Amino acid sequence: MPSEKMLMRGAHVVGEAAVRAGCRYYFGYPITPQNELPEYLSSRLLEVGGTFIQAESEIASINMVIGASVSGGRVMTSSSSPGISLKQEGISYLCGQELPAVIVNMMRGGPGLGNIAPSQADYFQATRGGGHGDYRVLVLAPASNQELAELTFDAFELADRYRNPVMILGDGLMGQMMEPVVFRDPIDPRELPPKDYILDGCKGREPRAVFSMLLDPPTLYKHNMKLQKKYEDISAKEVRYETYQVEDAELILVAYGTASRIAKGAVNRLRREGVKVGLFRPVTLWPYPKEALRSLARGGVKIGVFELSVGQMVEDVMMSVGSRSEVYLQGVPGGPVPTPADVAEFAVSVLKGDGRMGRKVQI
Amino acid sequence: MKKLFSRPESLKPNLTHYCPGCGHSVAHRLVAELLDEMGLREKTIGVAPVGCAVLAYNYFNFDMVEAPHGRALAVATGIKRVHPDKFVLTYQGDGDLAAIGTAETIHAANRGEKISTIFINNAIYGMTGGQMAPTTTVGLVATTTPGGRDPDRDGAPIDISQMLAVCQRTVYIERCVLTSVKHIQKAKRAIKKSFLVQLNNLGFSLVELLSPCPTNWKMNPSDAWRWTESILTKTYPLGVIKDTSGLGDVK
Repeated sequence: MPSEKMLMRGAHVVGEAAVRAGCRYYFGYPITPQNELPEYLSSRLLEVGGTFIQAESEIASINMVIGASVSGGRVMTSSSSPGISLKQEGISYLCGQELPAVIVNMMRGGPGLGNIAPSQADYFQATRGGGHGDYRVLVLAPASNQELAELTFDAFELADRYRNPVMILGDGLMGQMMEPVVFRDPIDPRELPPKDYILDGCKGREPRAVFSMLLDPPTLYKHNMKLQKKYEDISAKEVRYETYQVEDAELILVAYGTASRIAKGAVNRLRREGVKVGLFRPVTLWPYPKEALRSLARGGVKIGVFELSVGQMVEDVMMSVGSRSEVYLQGVPGGPVPTPADVAEFAVSVLKGDGRMGRKVQI
Repeated sequence: MKKLFSRPESLKPNLTHYCPGCGHSVAHRLVAELLDEMGLREKTIGVAPVGCAVLAYNYFNFDMVEAPHGRALAVATGIKRVHPDKFVLTYQGDGDLAAIGTAETIHAANRGEKISTIFINNAIYGMTGGQMAPTTTVGLVATTTPGGRDPDRDGAPIDISQMLAVCQRTVYIERCVLTSVKHIQKAKRAIKKSFLVQLNNLGFSLVELLSPCPTNWKMNPSDAWRWTESILTKTYPLGVIKDTSGLGDVK
């Protein structure tokens, strides 16, 4: 049975959805603004016979994730920007060893220690791979508490299906926000399909070895090509996005996560004034919904990218639309969060072409 | 006819890449013999380090995973928490365990993770070609310590086993040396005790094995074995460093 409707904080929503998705192992290290998630799980996992470890570092956490994943457990870690940087080595190993895991990044302002205000400045790190090697991580960008619940649930399914880490990319605001949420039926992890690659002792079978070192060049080449095929498969099947009032739009705003909430507010405000503005919201940041966005870039429609970073997602937008549309950017670094009125002003400026707000981005 | 000597089932029939006179082969064999003798092979999950033993999964005939450099005990923690009923061991060198992995080592030990760690101390980085290790002794010439390790310039050799002994939740720590038959037999008893500590759910244990590295010490194997026993043991004295297991002598 789906749950009753509950009013919950975003960080707690992720924790509750993870437990209901069969996650029984969590390893993490404190960092603001995501501490409410490990705090929630420290007691919630006890209730369901799971394991919570506050590790000595982010590095240790992600490596405990490797251990739990290679043992067959549904496992999660979470952090915020500087801590996610520390996890990159482990994420690369998870990809190389083809191990599932869910990693939550409640982004804060950077670079360096930055601040704890909402930010989206880890877009490159999340979508390009902050670690070494040719790998990809599925990146999901929720924009509400309900979607946090849905995507957290889906993240565990996707991770297992593709034997690949999945990142949930939120921000400090999302973790703190209180909103109503309904959870799906819980999964009993003991009823999940068995995994044929895990380590649980070699009784009755040949021993297994899980590793990513492949010294022989043709063997590593083959392994990489196999990974690429998997990424192509993911790109073909797992793209998600939302469109809002795009049909007759003369300007389409492109934004994800918290920024998309603000942008939607701007669209509503402008529509009331008769301005033809719409919103394109990527839900998967990798794979990016390139074709869907490209198909909207026609008939002289302008594209306005609004992100809480100074020109990161705009690169994917440029790759999607090519020269089919003019692309403008309002990129705001971590800290001050613009209001719907600010974004509406940006939209109007782009439509007028007065250059007052944002800047035109060209290849 | 009676068969007196054969390969343990816990070792695969593969030639190792280890150099002549290296202690790894001996240590591998001790671990494998004990897993056979104690009936543990089919419930064992081993964690390989980065370093000379990175390819341990090519030699050990049980479930193995390769950890990122230094993170073996964090990976092993994740494994043991999912499989508390399985036997989990890490096999790590000095660079892996006592330099890049110091934090993971100390905190896994201090949490009292029910894991057995085999710690190979050969006082040098082998796989990368003879650079200074955290355990490199004063005066020993590494490729990055011209004229030999100078404590004023390079710091002092670290005694990680002593450091771990002060952690409340470590149960058993012993240092042995892989040279003469007498010492190798003693090392085997120490590893057996470490395994028993885990099987009795008592907590964390570690056996440090001083091990020769003729190639990177630039000695012939017999000189390296002599140097290990007579010189390396001066910086790292042999014996039981901590034992709160209450298990007594192991035969």
